[in-house]
Amino acid sequence: MAVRTLLFLAALLVLALIAPLLIANRFLIDVLTLILFSAFLGQSWNILGGYAGQFSFGSVVFFGTGAYTSSILLMTFGIDAWIGAIAALFAGAAVGAFVGFLSFRYGLRGSYFALITLAFAEVFKVLANSVEFTGGGIGIFIEHEPGLARLQFDDPAGYYYIALALTVVSLAIAWWLERSRFGAYLKAIRENEDAAEALGVNAFRCKMYAIMISGAMGGVGGTFYAQKFLYIDPPIAYGVATSVEMLLVSIVGGMGTVFGPLVGSFVLHGVNEVTRHYIQTPGLSLIVYGLILIAIIGYLPNGLIGLFKGRARPKDAEDA
Amino acid sequence: MSKKSHERSNRTSVSRRRFVAGASALAAAGSLGFPHVARADGHSVKIGLIHPVTGFLAFAGNQCRYGCQLAINDINAAGGVKSMGGAKLEAVLGDSQAKPQIGAAEVEKMNEAGVNAFSGCYQSSVGLAATAAAAKYNLPFSIDIGVSDRLVGRGLKNVFRMADGYGRIANDAAVNLGRINKAAGSPAKTVVVVHEESEYGSGTAKLMQELLPQQGFDVLETIKHANPTRNFDNIALRIKSMKPDVVMPINYPGEYVLLARTLKQQRIDFAASYSVLGGGFNFKFINDLPDVAEYMIDVNHWYNPKSEVAREMRGRVEADGKFFTFEVYLAYNSIRLLHDAFERAGSTDNDAVIAALESSTLDPLIMPYGPTKFVNGQNTGSRAVSIQALKGDVDIIYPTEFATAKPVFPRPRA
Amino acid sequence: MLSMTMMPAAIVNGLMFGAIYALVALGLTLIYGVLHIINFAHGALLMLALYATFYLFSLAGIDPYVSLLIVVPGSFFFGYALYRWGIGKLAHGRDQNILLITLGLAIVFENGALFLFSADQQTIDVPYAYESLDLGFVFLALPKVISFFASLTICLLLWLLMAKTDMGKAIRAVAKERQGARLVGINVEHVFALSYGIGIACLGAAGCLLLPSFYVDPSTGNIFVIIAFTIVVLGGMGSFVGALVGGFIIGITESVGGLYLGESLGQIGISLIFILILLFRPTGLFGSKV
Repeated sequence: MAVRTLLFLAALLVLALIAPLLIANRFLIDVLTLILFSAFLGQSWNILGGYAGQFSFGSVVFFGTGAYTSSILLMTFGIDAWIGAIAALFAGAAVGAFVGFLSFRYGLRGSYFALITLAFAEVFKVLANSVEFTGGGIGIFIEHEPGLARLQFDDPAGYYYIALALTVVSLAIAWWLERSRFGAYLKAIRENEDAAEALGVNAFRCKMYAIMISGAMGGVGGTFYAQKFLYIDPPIAYGVATSVEMLLVSIVGGMGTVFGPLVGSFVLHGVNEVTRHYIQTPGLSLIVYGLILIAIIGYLPNGLIGLFKGRARPKDAEDA
Repeated sequence: MSKKSHERSNRTSVSRRRFVAGASALAAAGSLGFPHVARADGHSVKIGLIHPVTGFLAFAGNQCRYGCQLAINDINAAGGVKSMGGAKLEAVLGDSQAKPQIGAAEVEKMNEAGVNAFSGCYQSSVGLAATAAAAKYNLPFSIDIGVSDRLVGRGLKNVFRMADGYGRIANDAAVNLGRINKAAGSPAKTVVVVHEESEYGSGTAKLMQELLPQQGFDVLETIKHANPTRNFDNIALRIKSMKPDVVMPINYPGEYVLLARTLKQQRIDFAASYSVLGGGFNFKFINDLPDVAEYMIDVNHWYNPKSEVAREMRGRVEADGKFFTFEVYLAYNSIRLLHDAFERAGSTDNDAVIAALESSTLDPLIMPYGPTKFVNGQNTGSRAVSIQALKGDVDIIYPTEFATAKPVFPRPRA
Repeated sequence: MLSMTMMPAAIVNGLMFGAIYALVALGLTLIYGVLHIINFAHGALLMLALYATFYLFSLAGIDPYVSLLIVVPGSFFFGYALYRWGIGKLAHGRDQNILLITLGLAIVFENGALFLFSADQQTIDVPYAYESLDLGFVFLALPKVISFFASLTICLLLWLLMAKTDMGKAIRAVAKERQGARLVGINVEHVFALSYGIGIACLGAAGCLLLPSFYVDPSTGNIFVIIAFTIVVLGGMGSFVGALVGGFIIGITESVGGLYLGESLGQIGISLIFILILLFRPTGLFGSKV
């Protein structure tokens, strides 16, 4: 990475760190928090979908499992959320391993993999609705007791810093993928799995690692959500909307790139906030949002990040 | 055909209303356009309205918003907040998009825009997140609709609810059913509960399993169904095989209508369909499917038909092409509650307003309530009533002091 | 015991509703088979068809079954135009882009409906809605019987269209080998749009057949999306027979699962079938190797 780029990123990070001091408007801090959080979840999708080329429609399954793990630990067993977050990390990775093992062992690729993840999310939703320890359809209500151990804060800046830390870690993971051998393997699998295997890449193992990393990140994200919004139920934890948001920010931003999810999240949330702000008639603002989304996809097929790179990524294989 | 003319009047009135609302709420839009406006400057009191006006709950959300705006316009026309020199109420419109995180973000945004109080949120999950966000700024929050009993009484001093949660409504429902049954010579003995799977349905159904036996009913079975459920043929079959006297639906509008229609298609005979907070039981349902709706009973928030003000309001709402559903008048009363508190506090100071809310004795006016008294944020004077679809209209059948008709119970056999 | 006696009735009920599922899935599987894309706008387009049927009934008094003659061709042209001058132009031939464009369209349609038609839940009251056929062990509501046979007929017509006409041959050629089809002079973009149009026409039919026993609001379409995906996978992506049989299997699974596991947990049967098929027979029951 060029020195100039590094300096630019360092400046950006410093700016992000002091943002809550500069910005008095707590709403903006809250929006920035949501943007960073969404970027973090998007990165979790991006590692599996963008780098490893395994398109998932059900990545919410990791998020939801993480949210339930820490919430149950907290509300049923009184275990602090920061420990819960670690448990959620492992729970997310475990679900990743489970879904990945079944899907990859049976050689599911492309749309088939996408659909099986969707189905797993549905199964988890139905189960969460039916068993007792998740609170069933009643869900889990989390008490608000601010404190670092609980990862709950009175000042929105507290959540902001957590979201920022998560995002920075996720960027670091993506950055590591860009330059590590493992990342190169993933990209090789994405471009042509059979060829990669012929060259000696253990595709199954690499994909398993990818889905477990993705799952671990999603799990931690679930804890963050639960501690911030204090209530989860099956539609919130396993609803399809979160899965869609995860892939949307990545693809719009530029999938398989380090900063794609962050850029996508900024733009999509930005557009949503601005249209909501200026258009009050129900529905109209989301029409505009949808049209802008279509326009971005239609005119920037490499995602927004393509704007900065100035060159098309050599990925235009039309499936024949 | 009446349906046709209704549709047309609905559409034109929407545009007319949009025009009127647009004109009168221009100031509100302005404040959102420029979020750096300072907090109440003595000329206006800003009330943030957070409802799901888009997404799968958009109908209810828009009805809520409409009810709030109606109240704000009425109050302003009557002189605003008189103790504050006639300060006008000003709506700041929000959309939760049916998502808790968006609802909470709206609170942050409106706080920055200088909002003095909130009314919302319809969904309990959004309400939980939004009230907690507002609590950080000590901003008064009036729950216009939100059935979860965890919204109030969890130590948040800023949260108030004029209407009932499902706990108290379940109790009213069971007691009313017991009395209606007794008055008819106790023809009904058995009940089958059909409920949706989220907190409202599951929670109410759980309470019913305790409450109904106390009233002398035998709960044959409690059938839980998913959201959405596309087809009720099987549930109808099971109900048919159990031959209950009372079918008790506890579910959302789509499923409510499908179930009601399927019970009729399957020619199932029972003494009463007695729903609790039946999502689909409203004037529109009765207009659109009169044959299905006839004799169905619901326990719900309902306006006081003996109140002149309420009757006049119903006329205005319907002239506006809107349905006079409970969302409208509960939202209306929510704004009245806040206005009364501002009036008595004489300022927008949060502590003063919250203190005024705590000691509120607001005349429930349009609602068939007892005297208003707040305990831990919940109005203990509120109550739900049993209503029945009779001859294309809705009548209160219990409690008797508000009743406009005698219950038809058991319903005539087909 | 109780459940056993209800079993035949549950199966028949499942079959009836399965036919509607099949019709919704038919459009999806055709679009997948030819275009190799998952059409996320499917639910939203079904919702538009339901609204079209609703307004034809409430404003013009046209019976929903008569509306078939208007809504089906209308849906076809709408779908054709949508693909030819919208999706196809913007997609640049990339699958993930088509996916997101259809997702964007779903947002636009859903909120467009909210904006234009309001969020009111609409139902229609046709005089024959409560007529039913008494089979002895079960009452079948007339609208469901009609939709059952109509769905079968439409499947048959579609099959004839694909098997016997030149248009069908062109579509099959493109589905199998788009480069080759282009080389022999087939206008591939036109065929793509045709397929999309036919897929949406199926939704038009589903809208007309569904409304008498259902309701419509701006988000109704979502209710059918995941189930349609399941059927497409179960039957084999691109297979018509598969969609029909898949629709029936899912209808029955849902119905019987509901009876034994409860209507909430019973939904799990659908997802489990989905997963098992994907794992053990990803080409579906009737699919050929993609």
